Amino acid sequence: MIVTRAGFLSSVQDLGRTGYREFGVSLSGALDSFALRVANLLVGNDEGAAGLEITFGGLESYFEDERIVAWCGGGFDVRVGSRSLPAGHAARVHAGEELKIGRPQIGCRCWLAISGGIDAPVVLGSRSTDLRAQFGGFEARALRDGDVLPLGARLRSSAFVKAIADKSTPATAISSWTAPHDWVSSAKREPILRFVRGIDWNRFNGSTLQRFTSEPFAVSPDSDRMGVRLAGPELKREDDADLISEAVAPGTIQVPPNGQPILLLGDCQTIGGYPKIAHVITIDLAIAAQLRAGDQVCFSEVSLADAHRLLLKRERELELFRVGLRLHTR
Amino acid sequence: MEIVPLGDSALIVRVRDRFDDAPEALNEVLQTFQQLRGAGIPGVIEVAPAYTSIAVFYNPVQVAKASGQPDRAFDWLNERVRRVVAAGAGRRERRRTKRNVPSVEIPVCYDPEFTPDLDDVARHAQISTKEVVDLHSAGEYRVGCIGFVPGFPFLTGLSKKLATPRRAVPRKEIASGSVGIGGAQTGIYPLRSPGGWNLIGRTPLQLFDPQKDPPTLLRAGDRVRFRAITREEFDSLTR
Repeated sequence: MIVTRAGFLSSVQDLGRTGYREFGVSLSGALDSFALRVANLLVGNDEGAAGLEITFGGLESYFEDERIVAWCGGGFDVRVGSRSLPAGHAARVHAGEELKIGRPQIGCRCWLAISGGIDAPVVLGSRSTDLRAQFGGFEARALRDGDVLPLGARLRSSAFVKAIADKSTPATAISSWTAPHDWVSSAKREPILRFVRGIDWNRFNGSTLQRFTSEPFAVSPDSDRMGVRLAGPELKREDDADLISEAVAPGTIQVPPNGQPILLLGDCQTIGGYPKIAHVITIDLAIAAQLRAGDQVCFSEVSLADAHRLLLKRERELELFRVGLRLHTR
Repeated sequence: MEIVPLGDSALIVRVRDRFDDAPEALNEVLQTFQQLRGAGIPGVIEVAPAYTSIAVFYNPVQVAKASGQPDRAFDWLNERVRRVVAAGAGRRERRRTKRNVPSVEIPVCYDPEFTPDLDDVARHAQISTKEVVDLHSAGEYRVGCIGFVPGFPFLTGLSKKLATPRRAVPRKEIASGSVGIGGAQTGIYPLRSPGGWNLIGRTPLQLFDPQKDPPTLLRAGDRVRFRAITREEFDSLTR
């Protein structure tokens, strides 16, 4: 894959680096790992193959050989040659044909899967780029103009190529099959993030908690893959006890002394000493990954059992989707 | 001991309520960590210690499948974790032998180029800079936790005299290998990174190497000693 323009911030990511938190190594990975899983399935990859996470678009590229691509995420304008490729559809891209990802109308990130996956070296069990600690991914960094990314063998793509040809007009070479809208287009005009209570919920008084769950928070410009910084009603703690640092995770909402919460994302550090008021539930990290400066976000409480039910339901739906895809491409 | 959810895909086992420098406290946490890591509880992805607690990361879908009770995944996992910890506690009571903890010597150069905050630390402690260096390099430390960035050891055992508040304005960039004091702890920056600790030395050793597995020089529980080295030694070790 030849990257003629790398765009604002594009990096190689897979489903993240697990097993090394005890050494302080962050999870990294696609901030919306479900979107990458779906995109990978759409092109016939294993769902954990490495793809590209593209922030704010601006990517221009082509391939040396024919590949199948699919993407999921924010409201991007993606073009293969002169054809428009909507989110959640698979498309054949001929050798030398241009694949362009424009600026997003809504949201800020998308995940691009390419048949064969990106063959970046596995470092500590993952191909993800750790941008903060600068290792993994493609040359341990975000992509630059002119990079040539190694791709894996196009293992199962022949059946996909045939299926796309059979079920689309030759002019488009875009699959008729697609994934559910919610999975492939996760950016919301009025994002509401569901949360479960954090360990330090009770360090805040009733009226503070009331404001946390009823007033909107604005996304600050200094947000990044480590976390979304929020500005809104001041969340003042009742006590001033020094907390012992303990684990934090993507989804954790911590409240530093200035009372302005930070929602942690995939590149967050492994431990933290700020009070944890709440945790955005895993299924809604897809929405959190699309937040950009100026967005207004609200929080809504759910039970832990409900958070788990939602995940189980989606996983069952994904299983059906896998079966459906197999039938399409047999 | 208490078990609390950390969102919907992790939980925290709080072994102790407070952190003190007593080695038994950290030993107890680390033993519990080892037990949980070796327990092979279905759906558990990984386990990591931090001072007084252990985080258990899990896949709720796999836990729900393993439990056979999709609506009670957390309760089931909670119970499994509790049983593992309880079984371990029983064993600990029976054999209170001294654990063999690895000890690591870390060469540190206190050359003026590497010690921009040595004067501040000395002033705060109301002692000379030489006394700061002597106290710091004579101490016996223990890794309470690894975190902040990969391989960063938070070391306990700093002489109380040397405890110095973090800098009011953190530095945007700190060289890798920098040795600092932050509050009552001392630590080493493994990577070039921002940070607010008072810098009083630098080690030529590499504390984090992602090409190695395990990737860090130090682990939670290790004992650490610093050895003061000259600038010449530092330069020859970094070559």
